[in-house]
Amino acid sequence: MIDPTFVELSRWQFAAVALYHFLFVPLTLGMTWILVIMEAVYVMTGKEIYRDMSRFWTKLFAINFALGVTTGLTMEFQFGTNWAYYSHYVGDVFGAPLAIEGLMAFFLESTFVGLMLLGRDRLSKVKYLAVVVLVAVGTNLSALWILVANAWMQNPVGSEFSAETMRMEMTSFWEVVFNPVAQVKFIHTVAAGYVTASMFVIGISAWYILKGRDLAFAKRSFAVAAGFGLAASLAVIVLGDESGYELGDVQKVKLAAIEAEWDTAPAPAAFTLFGMPNQETMKTDNAITIPWVMGLITTRSLDGQVQGIKELIEDHAERIRSGIIAYEKLNALRNGDTSDETKAVFEEHKADLGYGLLLKAYVENPADATDAQIAQAAKDSIPHVSYLFWSFRIMVAFGFIMLILFGLSFYKLAKGKIEQNRTLLRILVLCIPLPWLACELGWFVAEFGRQPWAIGEVLPTFLATSSLTVADLITSIAGYLIFYSVLLAIEMYLMFRFARLGPSSLHTGRYHHEAGGASLSLNPAE
Amino acid sequence: MLLDYETLKLVWWVLIGALLIGFAVTDGMDMGVGILLPFLGKSDTERRVVINVVAPHWDGNQVWLITAGGAIFAAWPAVYAAAFSGFYLAMFLVLAGLFLRPVGFDYRSKVQDPRWRSTWDWGLFVGGLVPALIFGVAFGNLLQGIPFHLDTFLKPHYDHTFIWALLPLLNPFALLAGILSVCMVAMHGGLWLQLRTEGVIAERARAAVGLLAPIVTVLFLVGGVWVYLGIDGFRIVSQPDLNAMPNPLAKEVVRAPGAWFDIYRTMPITMVVPALGLLAPLLVWMLSRVRRPGLGCFASGLALTGVIGTAGLSLFPFVMPSSTNPNSSLTVWDAASSHLTLTVMFWAVVIFLPIVLLYTIWCYYQMWGKTTVKQIEDNTYNAY
Repeated sequence: MIDPTFVELSRWQFAAVALYHFLFVPLTLGMTWILVIMEAVYVMTGKEIYRDMSRFWTKLFAINFALGVTTGLTMEFQFGTNWAYYSHYVGDVFGAPLAIEGLMAFFLESTFVGLMLLGRDRLSKVKYLAVVVLVAVGTNLSALWILVANAWMQNPVGSEFSAETMRMEMTSFWEVVFNPVAQVKFIHTVAAGYVTASMFVIGISAWYILKGRDLAFAKRSFAVAAGFGLAASLAVIVLGDESGYELGDVQKVKLAAIEAEWDTAPAPAAFTLFGMPNQETMKTDNAITIPWVMGLITTRSLDGQVQGIKELIEDHAERIRSGIIAYEKLNALRNGDTSDETKAVFEEHKADLGYGLLLKAYVENPADATDAQIAQAAKDSIPHVSYLFWSFRIMVAFGFIMLILFGLSFYKLAKGKIEQNRTLLRILVLCIPLPWLACELGWFVAEFGRQPWAIGEVLPTFLATSSLTVADLITSIAGYLIFYSVLLAIEMYLMFRFARLGPSSLHTGRYHHEAGGASLSLNPAE
Repeated sequence: MLLDYETLKLVWWVLIGALLIGFAVTDGMDMGVGILLPFLGKSDTERRVVINVVAPHWDGNQVWLITAGGAIFAAWPAVYAAAFSGFYLAMFLVLAGLFLRPVGFDYRSKVQDPRWRSTWDWGLFVGGLVPALIFGVAFGNLLQGIPFHLDTFLKPHYDHTFIWALLPLLNPFALLAGILSVCMVAMHGGLWLQLRTEGVIAERARAAVGLLAPIVTVLFLVGGVWVYLGIDGFRIVSQPDLNAMPNPLAKEVVRAPGAWFDIYRTMPITMVVPALGLLAPLLVWMLSRVRRPGLGCFASGLALTGVIGTAGLSLFPFVMPSSTNPNSSLTVWDAASSHLTLTVMFWAVVIFLPIVLLYTIWCYYQMWGKTTVKQIEDNTYNAY
């Protein structure tokens, strides 16, 4: 039988490794475009200060990028090491976008990043700009392909289960690529990355302005980040991926859980601003609701309905019963009964096989399940509501705070009064961590909201693991966490060190620490 | 679909082999440079010269590994599942080693402190040594069979877990394969350093190649004799239709002495590959000695191709033989993805790999030339 501790540890490991990786990805996604902007301005105007900006922010980009590469290595092999049955069961579909990501995106990004960091003196201005653009395109393409893969986990289109090979097989590559969930996710995720990078640049620039250091440099960096960040934060919110939550059953469940929509409300549904979702009683205590809003946001109409959790659970119980039949027939097929009747019945119930597999948490053979176990499995098909409810709201709140900050910064900058707004500048410095928190929460909403499925409606997470032991996992979790945490501490040390040094770290002789007999200089000879 | 299923399965065996050899030839070079770093660079500036030879390219080179991993996932999901979870702790060690490289390369020069720098130097050494060693050990174990079996729902299970799965991997034959792998990439890295540096560093690199190249030939020969005399190979005795839907449990496999040499008996032309593994390192030794490291690099690439190709060919059509339940062994024919996925991925490789090769060459071309002590001194804040 399945050992719940082992499954929990497998999930914790994946979550930890993915969340660590996702600390570095968003900044890379956005920073590359900010560097493209600075470099392009330099090429067009020939003003040296823009070259210095590009060079300095590239240094910070590189410190972050190194750990992105490090933590990304694990991601490529993590499915095989820890989710072996997942890998067998869906590799035929899921592996393809991952491999294409390597061929099309990682190669591009990683081959040119070497020239971006070390080749400036060997390339003409225009060639160097082209290199930076290619790195930006590469990083963003890699986001596209990984989200195509991820969207398939949420909404598994273009594929079909095969009893002969005992796995999901691709039926249409284009359906997998043009999965509508992938498109909304891609835009939302890269835009979140652009916001992250803008917040990073604007926050550090605000600090220089507060200190009265390198003002020309800081204000220009501030301006680039304010403009880019304003556009990006608008995109994140307007093109938020809530529009993708209607697609596919898993997304519907996620939506109902995010909104704590226990009962199907008549359209257009009210939006629960705050409240205390209670999983036991299936009610939201002390709810503050705004009429109409949820129906408008999620269905983009006045008459679209958002299905409630209770109704979804009832549907799932039916599908579990159908899944039991699918499982029985699959067993018969695997054991050599290939009569037309068995095949026909299996085909009829195949779509519910995954629901039947949910019972494997309780019984070896789903056909032996009692009514109580079926009811329990149906309840399991809904993730924990309050975690999603709150994570989502905090993420959205952070999104709006950042939108306001970028809007204000842009406005004050346009009026030429940014230095006088010391409170705004201080808030900007303090808010540097916000986008990271929002990104991690967003990842949590997307992936925790998919539970109990590894692949929506196809493969339950608890069945997707490898045949390892708790000891294996404790060793690897400890190993990854120690490694990553030490490296993260080093990364933060370098990030702070170089952010404090600012453009003086370029050793051009034009900046703050160099002018007045620098104490923070990097060169021991000085 | 242009290619029939059987042909595509074979094509994918070649493609994955090509990706793994591509990884060894490109990133193996960086690992070799990492392994040689503490021995070739005596001062900080000398070590920076060594590092900056590969600094602009190691990250792109590493993508060969990432892409090979992704390609195995897409083309041989059963192998991706069984191999990486079966070699669980070994895989962790590989990754932990690899972790040290991105940060080692990028962070080393950012702080002046000598202890900081020498710590990263050892990080780069370990980051080259450990993965090279374990990849070799893994191939050594593949030739001996892996203790795993598949259940009726095709989930892989192992006879041992945790340390008890890791320790037997480090048996004498596998360690021989591991040391061969380390010497091979170190030789490869040495030639690259001989080509791209000058003066005392290039001379030290030449001395290292002079030592390593003969060892590669000897270890390869010893390994071959060992397999011939001491290791039973695997042989398929009944094979379902090669065009059929893949089912790893449908064939019948036996273990037999000398079965790893079957392919050389049935297709003598394939003996070119082990011959390459044996002779190319000697050519490398000669070319390095007469100071022709450029040609030596090509010869070294051929040596890597010969050695890795020999392992792959000998195993053919097996990819991951099972020692405890030979019928569960995974082969080229029954570990593959569906016809559609293999087709899609085939076109993805046909379109993108040439593009990758073209821009990679362009990047090398832009950064070409010898890395010198003067360059590092003039460029102390921007170089690695």
